[in-house]
Amino acid sequence: MSELFYNAVPNATRVAPPLPTPRQYPSHKPRKVYLFGTCVVDLFFPEAGMDAIHLIEREGIAVDYPQGQSCCGQPAYTSGYTDQAREVARSQLALFAEDYPVVVPSGSCAGMLREHYEDLFKDEPETLLKVHALAERTFELTEFLLFVCKVQFKDSGAPVKVALHTSCSARREMNTHLHGREMLAQLSNVERIDHSHESECCGFGGTFSVRMPDISGAMVADKTRSLIETGAHQVLTADCGCLMNINGSLEKQKQALRGQHLASFLWQRTGGQQ
Amino acid sequence: MSASTLIPTVAIEEDFRERAHEALADTQLRNNFRSAMDSLMTKRAASFSDAHEREHLRALGNAVRARALSKLPDLLQQLEANLTRNGVQVHWAETVDQANEIVMSIARRRSARQVIKGKSMVSEEMEMNHVLGAQGIECLESDMGEYIVQLDNEKPSHIIMPAIHKNAGQVADLFHEKLGVDYTKDVDQLIQIGRRVLRQKFFEADIGVSGVNFAVAETGTLLLVENEGNGRMSTTVPPVHIAVTGIEKVVENLRDVVPLLSLLTRSALGQPITTYVNMISGPRKPGELDGPEEVHLVLLDNGRSQAFADSELRQTLNCIRCGACMNHCPVYTRIGGHAYGEVYPGPIGAIITPHMVGLAKVPDHPSASSLCGACGEVCPVKIPIPALLRRLREENVKAPDASPRIMRGQGSKYSRKERLVWNMWARLNSSPTLYRVFLKAATRLRGLTPSNVGPWTQNHSAPKPAARSLHDMAREHLAKKSGDPR
Repeated sequence: MSELFYNAVPNATRVAPPLPTPRQYPSHKPRKVYLFGTCVVDLFFPEAGMDAIHLIEREGIAVDYPQGQSCCGQPAYTSGYTDQAREVARSQLALFAEDYPVVVPSGSCAGMLREHYEDLFKDEPETLLKVHALAERTFELTEFLLFVCKVQFKDSGAPVKVALHTSCSARREMNTHLHGREMLAQLSNVERIDHSHESECCGFGGTFSVRMPDISGAMVADKTRSLIETGAHQVLTADCGCLMNINGSLEKQKQALRGQHLASFLWQRTGGQQ
Repeated sequence: MSASTLIPTVAIEEDFRERAHEALADTQLRNNFRSAMDSLMTKRAASFSDAHEREHLRALGNAVRARALSKLPDLLQQLEANLTRNGVQVHWAETVDQANEIVMSIARRRSARQVIKGKSMVSEEMEMNHVLGAQGIECLESDMGEYIVQLDNEKPSHIIMPAIHKNAGQVADLFHEKLGVDYTKDVDQLIQIGRRVLRQKFFEADIGVSGVNFAVAETGTLLLVENEGNGRMSTTVPPVHIAVTGIEKVVENLRDVVPLLSLLTRSALGQPITTYVNMISGPRKPGELDGPEEVHLVLLDNGRSQAFADSELRQTLNCIRCGACMNHCPVYTRIGGHAYGEVYPGPIGAIITPHMVGLAKVPDHPSASSLCGACGEVCPVKIPIPALLRRLREENVKAPDASPRIMRGQGSKYSRKERLVWNMWARLNSSPTLYRVFLKAATRLRGLTPSNVGPWTQNHSAPKPAARSLHDMAREHLAKKSGDPR
C-alpha cells in the first residue's frame, strides 16, 4: 500500500532505507569452530556447553574452546557501565584470532557479540574492523546446527511433550526464535506444545532480575504458570539466562517441571550419552 | 534537617518501587491491563497482516521523522509563517509554566469561565486542568476516557486510552455515584450517558483546547485524529480554539502525513484510519458559517530540546504517540500506567520523561525494563527504545559532575561502591588467570552458597554453581580428543 502512495509522489528524499536482508549462511561446513561458552553456562550449566560441543563434533567439525574466555560483557553493558563492559569485550575480542566461526549456545550473548560490540567500539575504527569480522562469523548454536551443519536428527527417545521458551534476544536480535521449533520437528517422538504469551519475556533481563525483583518476579511467575499449564514434561530453551530464571522460579515454587538447554535435549534424544 | 530531605531522589526512587509493588498485588488492575493489552496487541497484529508492507512502512515512517528532525528549527519557522498567514496565532513556550501563562492570558482576555478539552497529552504535561481550575476556570475533558479519569480525580494511565485501567463495572459504579444515574454496566449506555453530559458543555464553553498529531510546515495545517467527534466539537464549536503541542510534532508536508497516519492508527488501535481526521487550517473566514473566531497554537519545548541536542537521544522525538510500546511492554502490562507516576508511562515514558522532569526525579524509570525489546520491535517509527533505555542507564550512573553534561539530573544513581564492584567485575572477567581462580573457588565451594542471596532468592531458589566448570570439562575433553595435554 505504501508503495502506491510513494510512487505517486516521486521525491528522492522520501525513499525509505532498504530492509535488511536475512542472514546468509556459509554453504560449506567449516573444518573447525570456536565455542564461546558464556559465563552462565560455564558456572551453572556446563553440561549444556559440553553437549553443544558433542553436537558440533558429530557433524565432523573440530571445536576449540579458548581457555581465556569469560563473559561477553553484557551485564555491565545493560547496567550502564559501558567502560567496564568494553574492557571485558576487548579481552574477549583477542581470543578468536583465526577465521573460524564462533558458536554461542545462548541467544543473548551471541546478540551481544553480533549487535552491541559495534556500539562499544564505535569510536575505535581499527577495533571496529575486528568487531565487524567477529560479528559476521558469530552464530547462535541453533542457527549454526540448522543452516551451516544442516543437521538431520533421528529421534531415539521415548514419546515426550515439551514446551519451548525462546529468549527475547533470540527473537529480536538474532532472529533464531523459530530454529528450535524446526529442529524439534525433526524428532518424531517429541510433541511440542505452545504456551500462552510465548513471545513474552520471562522476566530475567540480567541485572533487572535483582534491581526490580517485584516486577521480574511477577513476569517469571506468569511465564512459569503458562509453561506448567501446557502439561509438558519438560521445558526447553537455548538461552541459559532464561533457564536459570525459569528453573530457579520453578524450584522455589516446588514444581516438578524443569527446563533444560536445547543442546542437551537434542544430544540425548539422538544417541548421545546423558 | 534530616539527610533524607536533602536527598530527594531516594524517596522518589522508593515511590516507583512502592507503587509498582502495590499495582502488582492488585489482581483487578492486573486483569484489566492484561486483557486490554492482549486485545490491543491482537488488533495491531491483524492490521499489519503483511509483514513486508509493515516493515517497509516503518522504515518509511522512521525516514520521514528523521528528516523532519534534521531540519527542525527551519520547519518550525516555516510552520509559524504559514500558520500566521492562515490566521492562526502562534505562541512559543520553553516551560510548562510559560505555556500555562499563554493559555491563561487568552482566557483572561476572553473573560473565559469554561473550557472544553479534546484529548491532549501536552495539556497533561502542563497540568492545565489544575492550573485553570485554580483560577476559577472550569476545564472539562470531553474525550470519554479522559472524562472518566477526571470524574474520578485520577490521571490517565495510558496515552491513548486514559481509562484503560478501569473495566465497565468500575465505570458503572463511578457514573452511578458521581452523576447520579441509574446503574448500568452496558457500555453503549454508559457512553450515551457521558455524551449527554458533554454535549451541553460544548455549547457553553468559551474556549476549546486540543492537542495536535501532526503540524504540517508547508501548508500551516494542524492535523488531529480522534474517534469520538469530541475533537471536532472542541475545535469548532467554542469561539476560541487553543491547540497545544510539543515542538517535535512538526512534519515537512502533507505527503509525509500519509505514512505516519497509517502507522499511527494501525499501531495504536489496529484501525485502518480513525473515525475523524481533522485538518485545521485557521479560524472562521468571512462568509463561513462555522468555526472558531480565534485559533492559537502553543508550541511547547519542556525538555525536548535537550533530547534534540544529542544525536542518539534525539530519536526519542520520532515518537508519534501511538502507545504500541506500552501495549506490548511486559512491565507496563503488569504495573499499569499510574505506577510510573508521570504523564507518559511505559517504555516511551521511560525515555522521554527524564528530559521533561530531569533524570533525578525518575531515576528508576530507565531500569524498569528487562530490555526484552518488544517496544522497539513494534515502534512504528523505529525508535530504538531498548538502546535509549540503556543509554539513560549510562547517564544515570556516571559521576554527577561528568562532562559533557548531556542531561538534567544525570548521575542520579551514581554510587562509588557500585562502580567499584563493576570495576572489580571487569578486572576479573578480562584476566584469564583471575577468572579461572574465581571459577575454581566457585565450583569447589559450591556447597557454601547461601540460601538467601538478596533479591534473587525472593523469586528463585538459591543458585548453585556446578561441580565442574565448562572450562575444566572442555579442556579435559579436548585434550583427550587430541591426545596431547593442553
